[in-house]
Amino acid sequence: MPKLELRNISHAFADAPDIQILKDINLYVDEGEIVSIIGPSGGGKTTVFNIVAGLLEPTAGEVWLAGEDITGKSGYVSYMLQKDLLLPFKTVLDNVALPQIIKGKSKKEARTMALPYFREFGLDGTEYKYPQMLSGGMKQRAALLRTYLFEKEMALLDEPFSALDAITKEGIHSWYLDIMKKINLTTLFITHDIEEAILLSDRIYILKGRPAEISESILIDLSRPRDPLSEEVIQMKRKLKAEYLSI
Amino acid sequence: MKKKLQNIIKFGYQYSVILLILAFWQGLAMTKILPEFILPSPAAVIMAFIKDFSLIMYHTKYTLLEAFIGMSIAITLAFILSLLMDRFQVLYDVLYPPIIISQTIPTVAIAPLLIIWLGFYMTPKVVLVVMTGFFPILIALLDGYRAVDPDSIKLLRSMGASQWQTYRHVKLPASIGYFFAGLRVSVSYALISAVVSEWLGGYYGLGVYMTRVRKAFALDKMFAIIFFISFLSLILMAGVDYLHKTLNRQSYVPRGVKGFKTESIRKK
Repeated sequence: MPKLELRNISHAFADAPDIQILKDINLYVDEGEIVSIIGPSGGGKTTVFNIVAGLLEPTAGEVWLAGEDITGKSGYVSYMLQKDLLLPFKTVLDNVALPQIIKGKSKKEARTMALPYFREFGLDGTEYKYPQMLSGGMKQRAALLRTYLFEKEMALLDEPFSALDAITKEGIHSWYLDIMKKINLTTLFITHDIEEAILLSDRIYILKGRPAEISESILIDLSRPRDPLSEEVIQMKRKLKAEYLSI
Repeated sequence: MKKKLQNIIKFGYQYSVILLILAFWQGLAMTKILPEFILPSPAAVIMAFIKDFSLIMYHTKYTLLEAFIGMSIAITLAFILSLLMDRFQVLYDVLYPPIIISQTIPTVAIAPLLIIWLGFYMTPKVVLVVMTGFFPILIALLDGYRAVDPDSIKLLRSMGASQWQTYRHVKLPASIGYFFAGLRVSVSYALISAVVSEWLGGYYGLGVYMTRVRKAFALDKMFAIIFFISFLSLILMAGVDYLHKTLNRQSYVPRGVKGFKTESIRKK
């Protein structure tokens, strides 16, 4: 049984019911997998995520998480956005502990729970700093830790690295794969960057068209670490691009 | 030590125009260009203040008490209204126009009415302080809630946060800077409102003292009390700044720095 499954999701916004955004989206993510959705900006990727996160109720279809119907329910999967959204008036520790506090844990409990992960996420020494004092890459790492501490089962990452500069991005990719191996987080990843998708994912879905439909998934069976300049990656990139453009 | 000297120099620089005016004014009086009963000299004003000190303190007590009670009610009211108006759009739509209109009525027009309705004691003064004091805080808080990144709210909602939790963890703390900016304006309004209200009728307070010395044409005392009220206002504003600085360093922006920017201070 897949960890996450979207069954026949269709959506149109209530204020424009004639304009269908998503049409019959089916996808699944297995335990421990990193699966990407690529597609053009404004193509409905974030709408898919809002539906999975329970922030939007789809007009049709269901979202299943580990055998449970979570359609329209929030708080089951963690969600990370392009912006780090760390709160400037809380320390990094309190930011990271926030999801647990929201879930009803006491401040102290939540902090004790979060502290041991700082080392693993390469954030030691930042616990009592404020987010403004951290570099862009560190902030995204803290945001990922917050995402992870919120829900260890399933994470949605919405272009989490797209605001970083090229060099930081490269560094964070390898760090990200490392940490994923360690914490074994099942991830659904959105990006418009084909290369990023190839470097990180096990499988890739392409979301395209108006209304947006989803392709069959494409398996990326390349060994890791993947070199962006290697022949296989470049070939895969060509293949995906062709797929991407064939509307 | 060097720091202290720097502070003195900075103070002298910032207040040089005021000091110049005072010196010029004292000069006018000393050269007898203007007679003392038209424009008392700064020295005479200080003398008048010292002479009447205990009487002034007696009246100050009441004015400050009115301002304090009024501000406490105003802050509470502003918080409650802001939360309701932010949470329920209907309330915002319905309450915003009457609140704005209430602020366009001159206080000097309302104060006598309040005195007729509520008597000569403290109540009408407190009511006027509340009426003028809650508005800047309310507007500041509403702005503060709206300035929060909608994605932050979205993130919290995805965590399953309740409405109250989004206020508790994001909207309210994010608005502290705005709140203090509003409060700073409010406290000076509060003092002025209390004095105006006393001026128009009452038994005690700085406004009452003011009308008495005015009727006696004791201009030296009149000036003394004007300066004293300005001084009190400044003290109150400084008190607000101090409170802001100690309670919430991150959102405190030193005077003279424009905008709400936390980065520059934190990096120090």
